Amino acid sequence: MKELLILVVVTVFTLVTYYLVEPFAHATLHKHVESEAFAYADLPAITKLGDATRGKELVLGAGACTGCHSINVADISAPMDAVGAAGAYGVNPPDLSNAGVVYDEKFLNALIKNPAHTLMVEHKFDESKGEMHPMIPFYGAGGDIEQETADMIAYLQSIAVSSEKLTPAMAFENACGRCHGVKYEKWTQVGTKSSFKHKKDELAFDIKVLDYQDSLKAYMGKLPPDLSMYIRSRGEHYISTFMENPQNYLEGTSMPRVGVSADTAEKVIEYLEDAGDTKRHEREETGKYVMIYIIIFAIFGVLWKRQVWRDLH
Amino acid sequence: MAHFTKATSIKDWLNQRLAIEKVEKVLASEYWIPKNINFLWAMGMILVVTFALLLVSGIFLLMYYQPNVDLAFDSVNYTIMREVGYGWLWRHVHGVAASVVFLIIYIHMFTGIYYGSYKKGREMIWISGMLLFIAFSAEAFSGYMLPWGQMSYWAGMVITNLFAGGSLHADGLVEWIRGDYVPAQAFLSRFFMLHVLLIPLAIIGLIGLHFGALRIPHVNNQDGEEIDFDEESKKYLAGDKAGSKVIRFANDFMAKDMMVVGFYLVFFFYLVFYHYGFAMDPVNFDPADGLKTPAHIYPEWYFLWSYEILRPFSTDIGLMAFAFAQVIFMLLPFLDRSPNAVPASRRGLFKYWFWAMLVDMIALTAMGKLPPEGAFSTIGLVAALVFIGLWIALPVITYFEKKA
Repeated sequence: MKELLILVVVTVFTLVTYYLVEPFAHATLHKHVESEAFAYADLPAITKLGDATRGKELVLGAGACTGCHSINVADISAPMDAVGAAGAYGVNPPDLSNAGVVYDEKFLNALIKNPAHTLMVEHKFDESKGEMHPMIPFYGAGGDIEQETADMIAYLQSIAVSSEKLTPAMAFENACGRCHGVKYEKWTQVGTKSSFKHKKDELAFDIKVLDYQDSLKAYMGKLPPDLSMYIRSRGEHYISTFMENPQNYLEGTSMPRVGVSADTAEKVIEYLEDAGDTKRHEREETGKYVMIYIIIFAIFGVLWKRQVWRDLH
Repeated sequence: MAHFTKATSIKDWLNQRLAIEKVEKVLASEYWIPKNINFLWAMGMILVVTFALLLVSGIFLLMYYQPNVDLAFDSVNYTIMREVGYGWLWRHVHGVAASVVFLIIYIHMFTGIYYGSYKKGREMIWISGMLLFIAFSAEAFSGYMLPWGQMSYWAGMVITNLFAGGSLHADGLVEWIRGDYVPAQAFLSRFFMLHVLLIPLAIIGLIGLHFGALRIPHVNNQDGEEIDFDEESKKYLAGDKAGSKVIRFANDFMAKDMMVVGFYLVFFFYLVFYHYGFAMDPVNFDPADGLKTPAHIYPEWYFLWSYEILRPFSTDIGLMAFAFAQVIFMLLPFLDRSPNAVPASRRGLFKYWFWAMLVDMIALTAMGKLPPEGAFSTIGLVAALVFIGLWIALPVITYFEKKA
């Protein structure tokens, strides 16, 4: 009985200390941001039903999207390669093949009409001072602009893969990968770094990355961090809410709101888990067996003690 | 030369050369331990097991770790965590054990304080134990440098800066310790050497001293009773096991130890697989960057109490208070003036002193992590003053303590 009391005292003091230095201290040290469930409540809803055929005409024609963006699934390539585009715009404009599934439709709808506002980077791109966001707003093609953007989104959605077919890597590369490298997944801002047979080819690739990064640095103010270990250094909740609205954590940051759908965000997290917490499934699996083994060990410990101490009492 | 006869068995062969039967008696079957003990007496064995876990996991990590500022972070987070089979397991075992070992050390220490196990000939047990605490602290700190993350770098910066001695401005000493103006390659190399060679050697030596220090005064018991070990062991060997106040180290004491170790390992491996975050600070998963100071720099939880004694004061006074905190526990056997070697509950004012010290150290620990602002600052200052006050009061209250 006395031993039980001692155990309670030791446990209580241990747990109080744990609570104070872990949950309590971390809640005090770090700002807590609630998830907004990727609802983009500040953006207006889409009011019109889009038509993909008309949308296609707009995207390829009057909308002038393909002046900067490639659409690989429609065999439309970009006018410049990634390095050249980064030199011109600061960052390589994304390929639009899967934009319809990666990004939230409400977000796309607002983005087409007012990029700086939708991306929450108006502090950096102030039109009145002549600081234009590199993506030119779509002012309408003569008809009802609401209908036109709805059509364009319908087209983008029609060419995109289904959300089941969107892999974590595709989600990440589209939404984050043009600014962030992930060294542990061999991902660079200009694509996956493969293994090269000749040193010369590898150096040529590295130079491309460095050139791209120089433009990106000038555009963003600093090179956006490599995200290899972010799942361990920031954790799922932080990354997810940060994507939703970076300004909540870092007011004035040049990182835009990403605008992904809730489903894409989950896939981005999965990608980062694969990069920085690769062995999580193995850990859980091994954990079960080790726990079973060690519990059996403890039971034998109790039995042995009882046997030995039978004569001692 | 001794006379050797033809051996009748392997045991006999070894016995003639190594006296293994005698060694076994001295170390195990006739090494007598009091019977009147509780599970807190198993903390020593738990520490041995945890040290073994640290040593074994450390050996595996050492096979892949690269002590180079450009490679260290990736060798840990990429090579060991992703490429090496079960590398992640060794790292998590090592990280969690490094944290949990301090929890057990603190329980072990406070057990010693509560039961007065540092008195009446047991001073060297206490002193060697505190030397082990210092060696483990140095081991933990040097190990924390190795992943070369943000906390490694900045904790290295902050702690080595302490050696400037405030107004003494011994910047030359700081540079000498670092081997550079800032923590860099020379710093990492030497802390690597300290972590994998010099300090482990010191720890192993001190463990030997700590065990040796136990033999003459023997292990204390729950009531601080003075036991005639010769008399009681004779009683045991004569067959009166139930009546004897002593038990064999092996298997009697060992059996109880292993039961507690079993429970402990369930707790330990639960932490390793399902709750390891407390032992691996998130900030240290960002690679070291000398141009980017983290918003909050704090040590691991087991250093927080002494860190908080440093923090609430101005630089010079803080450093003195910090130095005081580092050495004062070592002097406990001499500051406690009472001859009573009984549990704190039977010792008048010391009873309150014990619980006040425990609560105060937990308060210091909590405040050491929180930002030094507002109420946290005040609580931290009060707790630091209480800590110093308690140690000043100790000789006085124990001097006037009645003989139990």
